[in-house]
Amino acid sequence: MVNATITKESVLALLAEIPDPEIPVVSIQEMGMLRDVIIKDDLCEVIITPTYTGCPAMGIIQADILMVLASHHIKPAKVTMVYSPAWTTDWMSDEAKEKLKNYGIAPPLHSSCNSLPGSNLHIICPQCGSKQTEIISQFGSTACKALYKCNSCKEPFEYFKCH
Amino acid sequence: MNTQEALYNYCLRLGDNALIHAHRICEWCSNAPFIEEDLALSNIALDLIGSAQCFLKYAAEIDGKGKTEDDLAYRRSERQYFNYLLVEQPNGDFANTMARLLLMSAFDVYLFETLTTSKDEAIAAYAAKTLKEVKYHLAHASDWVIRLGDGTEESKYRMQKAINDLWLFSGELFEMDETDTILINEGIACNLHDIKPKWQNYISSVLEKATLNLPEAIHMVKGGKNGLHTEYLGHILSEMQYLQRAYPEAKW
Repeated sequence: MVNATITKESVLALLAEIPDPEIPVVSIQEMGMLRDVIIKDDLCEVIITPTYTGCPAMGIIQADILMVLASHHIKPAKVTMVYSPAWTTDWMSDEAKEKLKNYGIAPPLHSSCNSLPGSNLHIICPQCGSKQTEIISQFGSTACKALYKCNSCKEPFEYFKCH
Repeated sequence: MNTQEALYNYCLRLGDNALIHAHRICEWCSNAPFIEEDLALSNIALDLIGSAQCFLKYAAEIDGKGKTEDDLAYRRSERQYFNYLLVEQPNGDFANTMARLLLMSAFDVYLFETLTTSKDEAIAAYAAKTLKEVKYHLAHASDWVIRLGDGTEESKYRMQKAINDLWLFSGELFEMDETDTILINEGIACNLHDIKPKWQNYISSVLEKATLNLPEAIHMVKGGKNGLHTEYLGHILSEMQYLQRAYPEAKW
């Protein structure tokens, strides 16, 4: 039996604190992965969506959610993964993009998700703000990031790809 | 065959193509020409494994016998796998792997584009997700084929040889049978004859940019879609399934 004082808003507020395991400066909520919370008499169901189908962080995120809920005595609880509508970088909040930039990852540019990737994008270097950057590889340390280098400050950096 | 059986077959085919292709690409991990390429190939394989997981999980649900996606991946034998012959072919050199990725991911882009409007909601949802990923795979493969084709004498020779060597497996991509027909009539599956011209146009345009020749029409081999494979699949499965065969029920 889920405690009657527990609301969707209170659960969302608790879960909003959970960091993305791979980019801990942003939370799963800011990333747009946390979609909904459904509270019924006998179950607290959390709906999440993966950024990429093969995202290896999903298992950890599910475990983190269940741990947070358990530590607040919210039970029984369950995490459900949905695929529709498909996650898009357009769901990332502006705050999240700012945090990514400060962390050294160039945030995704809006609305280029329908064209083939990599074409004519001016990615701004998160270190020095220069537009003189070039792509090294479409795939970085994780599937969601590309590798770039800055021709002004000569530093390499990662770009969070449009998706 | 009823619709449910056809849907089960269809999802196994989608899942198996992604899984076996991923397994092959994973063999490059730590062996790619340089570290950025190593990361790229590993990430592409990871996307494909994610896609395989979606479709095999859904296949298991349709089957309704309490199996999981892992049961389907680790406990089916060669004849029960329905991937295309193309994806089980050995990696060969880097040009060969890129040629395979080009042929397959161009097919995937047009296939999943169509499946986003499938009347089966789960397939449409997985297709929308997968489409975003395979577009990156295609861009990656196209870049390399163009760079190597329009490169040195040696790289051009190898790239052309890779395309020629794999060409006989490309016809199977557009073969259709009862499974496809039943589901096309229900608005669930993709009519592969419709996407074939788009695929041909795309491949021709990449080969042209790469200053390579489109292979001439040759006899095409087929069979994978119906469980008849080249000898390579057995070797892949024996490696992939070793742990579950040696230690049944072992959990991660």
